[in-house]
Amino acid sequence: MAGFRLLPRLNAENRFFWTSGSDGRLRFLRCEACETFVHPPRPICPNCQSEAVSPATVPGTGVVDTYTINHQKWQPVLEVPYVIARVAIDGAPGVYLTTNIIDCSVEAVEIGDAVKVAFEQHDDVWLPLFEKA
Amino acid sequence: MANPDAYITGIGQSEVGVRLARHPLLLTIDAIREALDDAGLTLADIDGVSTYPGKTAQPPGYSPVGTEDVIESLRLNVRWYNGGFEITSQLGAVVEAVGAVMSGQARHVLCFRTVYEAAALSRPDEYPRPGPGRVDGMMEWLLPFNAYSASNWIAQYAMRHIKKYGLKREQLAQIAITGRAHAALNPRALVREPLTLDDYMSARMISDPLCLYDCDRFTDASTVLIVSAGDALGDVKCRAIRIDAMAYSVERHSWDQSEWVAAYPTGAELWKRTDYKPKDVDVAQLYDGFSFNAVTWLEGLGFCKRGEAGDFLGDGKRIALDGELPLNTFGGQIGAGRLHGFGFAHEAVVQLRGQGGARQVKGEPRVAVATSGGGPLATALLLVRD
Repeated sequence: MAGFRLLPRLNAENRFFWTSGSDGRLRFLRCEACETFVHPPRPICPNCQSEAVSPATVPGTGVVDTYTINHQKWQPVLEVPYVIARVAIDGAPGVYLTTNIIDCSVEAVEIGDAVKVAFEQHDDVWLPLFEKA
Repeated sequence: MANPDAYITGIGQSEVGVRLARHPLLLTIDAIREALDDAGLTLADIDGVSTYPGKTAQPPGYSPVGTEDVIESLRLNVRWYNGGFEITSQLGAVVEAVGAVMSGQARHVLCFRTVYEAAALSRPDEYPRPGPGRVDGMMEWLLPFNAYSASNWIAQYAMRHIKKYGLKREQLAQIAITGRAHAALNPRALVREPLTLDDYMSARMISDPLCLYDCDRFTDASTVLIVSAGDALGDVKCRAIRIDAMAYSVERHSWDQSEWVAAYPTGAELWKRTDYKPKDVDVAQLYDGFSFNAVTWLEGLGFCKRGEAGDFLGDGKRIALDGELPLNTFGGQIGAGRLHGFGFAHEAVVQLRGQGGARQVKGEPRVAVATSGGGPLATALLLVRD
């Protein structure tokens, strides 16, 4: 287990997302009627109000929309610095994830970088982190 | 579309400090007493109470006083009250109060914001931190990635502004440097020492590009604004300041799904509701929980074009007390402490009444803008001395 993480409380709406990495694939809720992605997950499509929303697999790649290099130890056990980024998810228009860019120096991250998901398992949660593609 | 029917009458503020011993409810009552004296009102005149976000135990000290504490402690005869997190940022409590007085539900509404984070964090036995456990709600999408602080969330917008528009750290620094220069003239300011560009540029990074001096500081204080109906001004013995227009917006209720922060749509909306223009504003009190928030407000309110705040800030002369747009004349949150939104409207009233003392803007300012909020939520008030 790499590093300290607070974990999400799993519930009926979010469980599919936080456990999706168990088979190495990234999924988001998608409307079966109009294909709008619904994130954060809710049981209705905000575009067409269809209630037929279900998890859909996306390629697992994305683009760094923006980022910051965090230097502050918000918890004594945190190792700094690390990169927090907002990743635009390929195949899921309009969806962004706040995540970490891992396995590179913090100076190596730039807006526009192509990245790919690298799940990190903690108990029953698979966190979708990203590395440079 | 100007709104002639709501005014800020009394303003009050408690001692402002760090690790204060005085109970947060008593700080609130100190500020209420000052506001009542200022307005020339008594407790018997108050028939409404409004606050943001209401009493919440988490995080410690963030909001330790709710409407019920004030109503019960002072035995107020209240016909209307409001406290909640799901409104348009801190000054949303004022927006709600305006609705109450304009609809006849109340005549004089006490609006307050009490913060006690410095004291609570230093005394965890009295104000315990949340225990270990899993996270949900908005934090579910941030904390698992060790994005703990609003500095992390705002820094990402600041980084994009730097890369896209060329904002320089030396320009961003002017928000903090100016705030601290103004704070030195404010007897109640938390930090009264000057800040130099060298201090700023050599400070440690918190969340790149935001350094230590881009961030406000945990503070213990209460600030009160009394919102009164236009037809109740006969009750008051002060110079009432008219709320000419107000605006707020939310696009996505989320830090990471919004394209940009809500200061942009909120600022644009404000000018649709008034005959005044950005050039009419004599003094600006713009939320600076992080310096970059003020950058987005400068652009959002149309004081300069999107992406041009860096040039607008320049060497800081334009936003100084004697500049063309005096900014955060009480020190802002970076200088005067994290009064959490309410300090900006408080200072706007001070300036419009000419009560700023050493920090008073020359030329009898008549139009002021005050804002709160920095991320997906934002509120703007246009205040006018008739």
